[in-house]
Amino acid sequence: MTAPEIAGPASVVPTTRPGTGGNKLLRFIIVRFLLIFPTIFILVTLVFVLMRTIGDPITAALGGRLPADQLAQRIEEAGYNRPILVQYFEYIGQVFTGNFGETISDHRPVVDVLVRYGGATLELAFYALIVAFIVGIPLGMLAAYVRDRWPDAILRVFAILCYATPVFFAGLLLKLIFAVGLGWLPVAGRASVRTELQLTRVDDPTGIYLIDALKTSNPGAVYADLLAHAVLPGVALGLLTAGIFLRLVRTNVIGTLSMDYVDSARSRGVREYRLVTKHALKPASIPIITVIGLQIAVLLGGAVLTETTFEWQGLGFMLTQYLTARDFVAVQGIVALLAVIVALTNFIVDIIAALIDPRVRY
Amino acid sequence: MTKILDRLPVVRHVRQSVGLQRGMLVTGLAITAVFVLTAIFAPIIAPYGYSQLRDASGTFGAQLPPGGAHLLGTTVGGYDVLSRVIWGTQTAVIVIIVAVLLSIFAGVALGLISGYIGGWLDRVLVVIADAIYAFPSLLLAIVAAIAISGGQSSFWGGILAAAISITFVFIPQYFRVIRAETVRIKSEAYVESAKVIGSGAPRIMVQHVLRNATRTLPLIFTLNSSEAILTLAGLGFLGFGIEPTAAAEWGYDLNKSLSDVTSGIWWTSLFPGLAIVLSVLGITLVGESLNDLADPRLRTRRRAEVAAHTPDPLEVQP
Repeated sequence: MTAPEIAGPASVVPTTRPGTGGNKLLRFIIVRFLLIFPTIFILVTLVFVLMRTIGDPITAALGGRLPADQLAQRIEEAGYNRPILVQYFEYIGQVFTGNFGETISDHRPVVDVLVRYGGATLELAFYALIVAFIVGIPLGMLAAYVRDRWPDAILRVFAILCYATPVFFAGLLLKLIFAVGLGWLPVAGRASVRTELQLTRVDDPTGIYLIDALKTSNPGAVYADLLAHAVLPGVALGLLTAGIFLRLVRTNVIGTLSMDYVDSARSRGVREYRLVTKHALKPASIPIITVIGLQIAVLLGGAVLTETTFEWQGLGFMLTQYLTARDFVAVQGIVALLAVIVALTNFIVDIIAALIDPRVRY
Repeated sequence: MTKILDRLPVVRHVRQSVGLQRGMLVTGLAITAVFVLTAIFAPIIAPYGYSQLRDASGTFGAQLPPGGAHLLGTTVGGYDVLSRVIWGTQTAVIVIIVAVLLSIFAGVALGLISGYIGGWLDRVLVVIADAIYAFPSLLLAIVAAIAISGGQSSFWGGILAAAISITFVFIPQYFRVIRAETVRIKSEAYVESAKVIGSGAPRIMVQHVLRNATRTLPLIFTLNSSEAILTLAGLGFLGFGIEPTAAAEWGYDLNKSLSDVTSGIWWTSLFPGLAIVLSVLGITLVGESLNDLADPRLRTRRRAEVAAHTPDPLEVQP
C-alpha cells in the first residue's frame, strides 16, 4: 500500500568520489550493509517507545484481572519497575543477540513463536508473489502494448481494483464464492487435519509444509491437499501485489518505449509486440526489482490480514491473537522480527539492483 | 474567470485531459463526490442510527436477509447493514481529514527544514524517514494505535487513534517529497537573489521554496486518502478500530462477518466491503489521473499541438 510511482528507493547512500577505482561494487555493498543497522535500530526503538507509552505490558495484559499486590509482584519479577532507559538498553541488547523476551499470556519465548509460525507466513508470501508475477507482469506488458485504448482502461481499472480491495474483503469474497458457494476449495487453514497430523510427525520438521511434505510417505496427496488450501489465500494476497506490478510494468515499459533506441528499432521495422517484450521490458525490470523490496513490507502487512481471514496459522494470525490478549511483549517481538526481515530484504534487493544496473552503484 | 478556474488543481486537470484519461478522472470525481456527500448527509440518508438495535416495533433481530424494513439485512449483532454502511462513510471522511491534515503539516514542515538546512540534521531525518517508510504500514499503525488508545476507543478517541496511527505512516511520504523538491529549488537563481537582498531563512522557505514545492501535494493527498481508508479498515478488521456503539466502521463490520461467511450469509460482508472498494476506487482514479497528467510521458498525446501554445501549468512561479 505504498505509492511506488512517486516515491522511489532510498537516496541516502553516500556517494563515492568519481574515479576511485574498480571496487565500487564492493564499496556499495559494504556501505549498504552498514545502513541496515541504523534502520533496524530506529525501527526497534520506535516500536519500544510507542509500546511503552501506555505503561508496562503486565498491567496492560492482566490489569483488572489480578489483585494489585500480585500485579506489582509480576511487574517486579519481570523488571518493569526499573528506569525506562535501563530497560531500553537491555531490550536493544537482547534484540541484537536474538532474544525477544517471553510472552505474557502463554509463557513462551517469543523466538519460539517466531520460529514455529514464521514458516507459514513465508509460505503464504511465496504463494502470493507467484500469483503476483503470473498476473501482474504479463498484464502490465499487455496494457503498455494496447496503451490509451479501451483494453488498457479495463486493465488499469483492474489494477486499481486490486489495490482498492482490502485483502480481507477479497478473501471473504473468494471464500463465499469458491469455498462456501461452489464448494471447490477448503474454507480455511493451511492443510486438512489428517495432513497436518502427518506433517507434524516427520523427522525434524522445518515448519515449512512445502519442504516437510517431501518427507511424508505419500507426498503426492499431501501436496494436493496443501495446494488446495493455498489457492484462496495466495490469490487474495497476491492480487494486491499483482495490481501494483501491473501498474509498474505498464508505466515503465511505456516510459522506455519513448526512448531513442526503441524509436530506432521501430524505424528498422521491429514489430511493436517485440519492442514491448524484448526491448522495453529489460530496462523496465530494475524499478520492478526495487519495488519488490518495498512490496515485501506490503506483503507482510497483508499477510497479517490474510492469515486472520483464512485462519492460516502464521505470524500474522498469532499477532492478532496476541493483540486480542493484549500481550504486548509478544506483539513487540513479532513486530521487531518483521522489521529485521524488512531491513534485510531491502538490503538484498538493493544489491541485486546494483548488480544488474551499474548506475545504481554511484 | 476561466483563467482563475484553470489554475485550480482539479479543474485544470479535467480541462487538460482527453479521451480515456478524462473518463477515468471524471468517473473518479463522481464517485468521490457521492462518497463525500453521503458522509455529510449521513444523518438524513441513513434509515436508522449506526448503533440502533430496535425501533417502535421491537428489536431488529440478527442476521435478517436483505429486504423489507432492512434493505440490506441486519448484522450478527443486530444492526441495520445499510445504516452502518452509510454512517461508515462519515467515519472514513473524518479520519481522512484528520490524518491527512496532521501529516501534511508535520511532513511538510520537517521536509522543508530538513531540505533547506541540510547537514547532519538532514541525514538523520532522512535515515529515520526511510526506515519508517520501509516498514509495513499496517503494523506501524497497530503499534501506534496501541500506544494512543491502549486498544479501547470512544468515538473521538477511536477516530483520533486511527488518524494519528495513519499519520505516523504518512509523515515520511510528505517528508521525502517536500525534501526532494526543497533541495532542488534551493539552488534556483531566485532563491540566491532572495538571499542576496537579505531575506531571512524562514521567509525564503515559506515564500520561495514552499510555494514551488507543493505541486505534487494534490497527488499524494489522493493516494493517502485511499490508503487512510484501507488502514482504518485494516485496524478495524484486526479489532483495533472503533467500538460499534461509538461509530460505524466498515473494517469492524467485516471482522464480525467472518463467521457469517462460512454459513453462507453474504450480506453482512458484501456491502461494507463494497463501500470500501468503491470509495478507494473513486479516490484512486482521481489520483492516478492527476499523476498521469503531471507526467508528460504518460499524458495522452493527442493534444500535443494545442498544449504547445498554452503555458506549462506547472511552471515555476517565484
